[in-house]
Amino acid sequence: MSIITENSIIKEVLKTTSFASKDVMLDLKDLKKVYPTPKGDYVVLENLNLQIKKEEFVTIIGHSGCGKTTMLSMIAGLNSISGGNISVLGKHIKGPGPDRGVIFQSPSLMPWMTSLQNVLLGVNQVFPHASKAQRNDIAKYYLQKVGLEDAFHKKASELSQGMQQRVGIARAFAIKPKVLLLDEPFGMLDSLTRGELQDILIEIWNKEKITAVMITHDVDEAIFLADRVVMMTSGPKAKIGDVLDINFKRPRTRKSVLEHDDYYAYRKHLIDFLEH
Amino acid sequence: MKASLTLGKVTDFLGLGFFTTLKDLFTGKLEKEDFKDFLRKSVVPLASILLFVGLWHLGAKSLYNTEADFKIAKALKDQGQAAADALTACIASGESSCQPNTLPSPAQVWESFQSLLRDHNIISADKAAFAEKTATLNAKRVAAGKDAIVYTGRPSFVDQIFRSLQTVFAGFLLALLIAVPLGIFIGLSPTLKSSFNWFIQIFKPVSPVVWYLLVFMIVKTILIGSTNDSSFTISFISVGLCSMWATLVNTAMGVSSVDKDYINVAKVLKLGTFQKIFKVVLPSSLPLIFTGLKITLSVAWMVLIAIELLAQSPGLGLFVWEEFQNGANDSNAKIIVAMFAIGIIGFLLDRIMLSIQNWVSFDKTDAI
Repeated sequence: MSIITENSIIKEVLKTTSFASKDVMLDLKDLKKVYPTPKGDYVVLENLNLQIKKEEFVTIIGHSGCGKTTMLSMIAGLNSISGGNISVLGKHIKGPGPDRGVIFQSPSLMPWMTSLQNVLLGVNQVFPHASKAQRNDIAKYYLQKVGLEDAFHKKASELSQGMQQRVGIARAFAIKPKVLLLDEPFGMLDSLTRGELQDILIEIWNKEKITAVMITHDVDEAIFLADRVVMMTSGPKAKIGDVLDINFKRPRTRKSVLEHDDYYAYRKHLIDFLEH
Repeated sequence: MKASLTLGKVTDFLGLGFFTTLKDLFTGKLEKEDFKDFLRKSVVPLASILLFVGLWHLGAKSLYNTEADFKIAKALKDQGQAAADALTACIASGESSCQPNTLPSPAQVWESFQSLLRDHNIISADKAAFAEKTATLNAKRVAAGKDAIVYTGRPSFVDQIFRSLQTVFAGFLLALLIAVPLGIFIGLSPTLKSSFNWFIQIFKPVSPVVWYLLVFMIVKTILIGSTNDSSFTISFISVGLCSMWATLVNTAMGVSSVDKDYINVAKVLKLGTFQKIFKVVLPSSLPLIFTGLKITLSVAWMVLIAIELLAQSPGLGLFVWEEFQNGANDSNAKIIVAMFAIGIIGFLLDRIMLSIQNWVSFDKTDAI
């Protein structure tokens, strides 16, 4: 079994994705979300503006219930937009699509499928013209990347939570999205597994450099993974409160990040914001 | 060792673990710590069976005495002492013509069961002889384009069981073919759901007898002029229509309540409708669909008897009815034999469905 590293199909896809000359990948303009309630409209998000550059990793932190997940699912197209707009490479989004891959909080694998079949479900959809062997190779390549080379044919229901989330990561990367949306993907894992998965995520990301937006509750996770940490104000009418640039060089290791002089300053900045 | 392993697997698979422990007892493989488990799984059920048979025996005996006393008292009143003495002697001698007509005892039922088996052997032999005798003639007739001569003798009890199973499977298949696709459509579309809801709510509680009459009205007209016996068609369609509701409701519910996460994944990946149904919706609703199918099969088997009886379609229902009308000395015992046959076959059908459900279901803890 040959594992592909630079597949011709992947190159083909990358060619078509890199046509835009502007630097902005994801643009949220005056975004608004309103939920109608019997007592009148409840405004979750208002005047939310955020631009995310190509190949940027952005983490979003904020208090529970401030509307982070609402925003992310609006970007994914799973939640309707009440006002303003979201565009990917200058084009307004209309509904969900595989150009925006999502890693959900729960792994959301089909439990009756093997891990390979779960990844193939997306790969088949995105590369319909590739041969069966090529699609298999793509799926297996990403499963290998997340350390599941021994579990290709295991049913998703037989995998541990952490392993299921690894398949979720492989599935999201394998469809070669322009934007990767992560909704607290490690929130349900124990801290050891969380660290492992952060390393795996950042390792693949370093290679693929897919623009990523990730929600997290964990300040250390936010700093370790991000180029920028976006802080959201508490709802209702939540918007961007503050943005912090993280100037660590990539590739990063956990150790180098923890030992960096600026680490505690960054950490203090974020915690001050959250406790404000 | 290998053989016992397979037996154990088979019984476990069918949910009849009771046989395994029973077998272990006879092969001396039972461990001491398993003894409590053995008591609970084997001895207690066996004891309850014995208790049941004992109570049945006592009850039947008391009913028999009541009936006999009444008969003798009546003879004494109507015809005098001589007739009453003659009747008492007749009952005591076991003469079949004067036996009280009441609930048969377990021994009588067992006897009838054996006589039905003997009867089956005789009829089978008869059939085989008939087939042999007509083999050459039939070959000629078929070659000449005529219909072959078929055995038209009386069906045995075992034949009736197989006819009933045929009817029930045909009805079950019909229910499956109607209810599963319809349930999927209803589950997928809220519009269809609201347009079909009244229909389901109204027709679900309709009794098998009325379904039979409805099907009879329609099929009779459709098959007008046909010389074939339509009773089988009518009874299997009625069985199907009676029993399909559980599957219809469960399929619709399973399809409409697929985990939101799976639907989101399908949306993000932009799966087509066809793929969404076959890769996501159907597999995730299979456990519920199978629960529905299991109920459907057991309902089908339950209503079958009533419908066969009405439709005069050969099978266990007709057997019960004919024995009741027949009023022969062992008729009551034969009806009880049929009752046990119906019960045991119903139980086995349920177990088979459960095994299939366990086999196809992704969530192994789901099936009950």
